Amino acid sequence: MIWNETKECMSRDEILNMQSARLKKTVSRVYHNVEFYRKKMQQLGLEPGDIKGIEDLNKLPFTTKEDLRDNYPFGLFAVPQSEVIRVHASSGTTGKATVVGYTRRDIEIWQECVTRVLAMAGIGANDRIQVAYGYGLFTGGLGLHYGAENLGATVIPMSTGNTQRLITMMEDFEVTAIACTPSYLLHIAETLEEVGKTDSIKLKAAICGAEPWTDNMRKEIETKLNLKAYDIYGLSEILGPGVAADCDAHCGLHVYEDHFVPEIINPDTLAPCKDGEVGELVFTTITKEALPLFRYRTKDLTSITYEPCECGRTLARISRFKGRSDDMLIIRGVNVFPSQVEAALLEMGETSPHYILIVDRVNNLDVLEIQVEVEERFFSDEIRKLEGLTKKIAHVLQSALGLSVKVTLVEPKTIARSEGKAKRVIDKRKLI
Amino acid sequence: MLIKQLSVFIENKEGRLEGVTQVLKEHNINIASFSLADTAEYGMLRMIVSDPDEGRRVLKEEGFSTKLTDVIAVKIPQKPGTLHEVLKILFEAGLSVEYMYTLATAGRDTSIIMKASDLTKALDVLKQHEYEVCTAKEAYEINNISTNNV
Ligand SMILES: [Zn+2]
Repeated sequence: MIWNETKECMSRDEILNMQSARLKKTVSRVYHNVEFYRKKMQQLGLEPGDIKGIEDLNKLPFTTKEDLRDNYPFGLFAVPQSEVIRVHASSGTTGKATVVGYTRRDIEIWQECVTRVLAMAGIGANDRIQVAYGYGLFTGGLGLHYGAENLGATVIPMSTGNTQRLITMMEDFEVTAIACTPSYLLHIAETLEEVGKTDSIKLKAAICGAEPWTDNMRKEIETKLNLKAYDIYGLSEILGPGVAADCDAHCGLHVYEDHFVPEIINPDTLAPCKDGEVGELVFTTITKEALPLFRYRTKDLTSITYEPCECGRTLARISRFKGRSDDMLIIRGVNVFPSQVEAALLEMGETSPHYILIVDRVNNLDVLEIQVEVEERFFSDEIRKLEGLTKKIAHVLQSALGLSVKVTLVEPKTIARSEGKAKRVIDKRKLI
Repeated sequence: MLIKQLSVFIENKEGRLEGVTQVLKEHNINIASFSLADTAEYGMLRMIVSDPDEGRRVLKEEGFSTKLTDVIAVKIPQKPGTLHEVLKILFEAGLSVEYMYTLATAGRDTSIIMKASDLTKALDVLKQHEYEVCTAKEAYEINNISTNNV
C-alpha cells in the first residue's frame, strides 16, 4: 500500500514547490547556525537570499565525508545539543567515526520514511517483523525498528549473530517479514534448507539493504524463501536506511524527495548528468534539523529518472547501484576502506604495507581475505612464529575494521606493483 | 659447532619450490639436505647448502624471503634407541627441539639437524654424553664426504 499518498504521489510541480520552500528555510537556518557552511557560502559570495528556489540548488557548495570528519564530532550540527536526542556513528577511513545526530523531529521523519518503505513492501500492522540488522551505533537496526513500530507491526529486535535462534523464533512466532542484509538472508535461506524447515516458515516479505546486491540475488532470495524481497537504500549522513526503496515494479528505488533532493553529477567534472546517465549520487537534506547537509557526495554511482512509476508513485527513482566512485567496499554491511587496512598494518609494524584485499562470497556470506607479503625482516623459519604473526594481523585488522579477516602470508613482491595507484582490492562477488 | 641453515618462505603455488632449486643450481650451490614443512597456505624450506651466505644472497636477489638460522648436526650411531637417547638427554637438560631432520646417513652414523631451544647448552650436554657433532664445513660438504666414502 501507499503509506502517505499526499507525499508519495504529488505532481512534479508540487514536489518542486515543496522542495523550493523547504530548501530556502534550510539554507537560511544553516547559514545562521553552522559556521562551516556560512564560511563556505561567504567564500562563494553567496547569501541565503540568493537561493530563491530548488533551481538554485547547484549554487550551493558540495559536502564530503572528509568535511564530516574534519568537523568531528558535532561541528556540523545546526541545533544546540539539548535538541539532539540521538547520535549514530559509522567507521571512517582513518578510524575516526562519522557522527550523525537527530532531533526528535528528525527521528519522526526517519521513522516515517521507513514506514513508507515497509508499507510499499506490503507489510502492515498484522505483520511480525524480525529486524536482523545490527542494533547500536549502526543505523540499520534502530532505523528499521522505529519504522516498523510506527507502522504498527510487531517488532522482534533480533539484531545479528544468532542464526539458530532467529530461525527458531521465525518458526515459533510465525514471522511474516524480515529486515536484514541480502547476503544474510541468503545464508538464512540455506540454513533453513539444511534443516528442512523452508516450508514451515511464513515469511512473505523481506527488506534488504546496507550492501550492494543484484536483481538476480533478489530473484534467488524470492525463489528460495517464497517471498517478495525489496531493496532499501540509505546512508547515515543523510538519514540512515529509508532514503530510498523499491516498489513491486522493481524499476529503481523511489527517493523520498519531500525530505531529500537527489542530484546525479559527473564525479570528475562535478557537472550535472542527464536523466538516465550514470554518475555520482548527491543529496541535499531539506527537512533535517540536527545535521542538515548541502549536496552531500555519496560516492555511490547510479542514474535517475523522474518518470512516474507504474505503482502510482511520482517520486524520482534511482537505479540499482553501479558501484562506487571511491575505493570503499561494503562487506557484510560494514564499510571498509583499503586505507584503513594500510594504516592498521603500518601501526602494527610487523609486516610490510604490501597487501591485497580479496572479497568473495562463500555460501552467500561475504568473506574478506587479506594477503600480506612476508618481508624478510619479519620472517621466522619457525612455523609457530609465522602462525603467531598471522593471528596477530587478523586480530589487529578485526579490531580496526570490525570484521573478521582471513590472513594469508605470501612471498615478497608477489603482489603486483603497478605504476600509479596500486591494485589493492580484488572483488570476486560479481555484483554488477 | 653451529651450522648455518638456509630457510626460505614458499607459497603453496605451482613452480615456487622449483624456483628456489633453479636459483641455487644456476649459482652452483649444492643442497646437502633439506626439509619441507607445509601448512595449508605456505611451506617452509629449510636447507643445509654448500655455501649458505651465497645461497641466501642469490635467493634474496630473486625476491625470496630467506633467513639464516643456527642449528646443530648430531652424529648418531645407526642402532635402535639412539635417537631416543639423544632426545632424552636434551629433554632432561630442560631443552626442547623446535624441529629436526636428517642431514645424511653416511657409513655407520646418521647425522641429524636439530634446532634446540638453547643450542649452546645442547652442544654442552651432548658433549658430556660423548656425542659428536658435525663441523660447519663437514655439514656443508657432507654429500661429497659420503660420495668419497662409498
Ligand atoms: Zn514504484
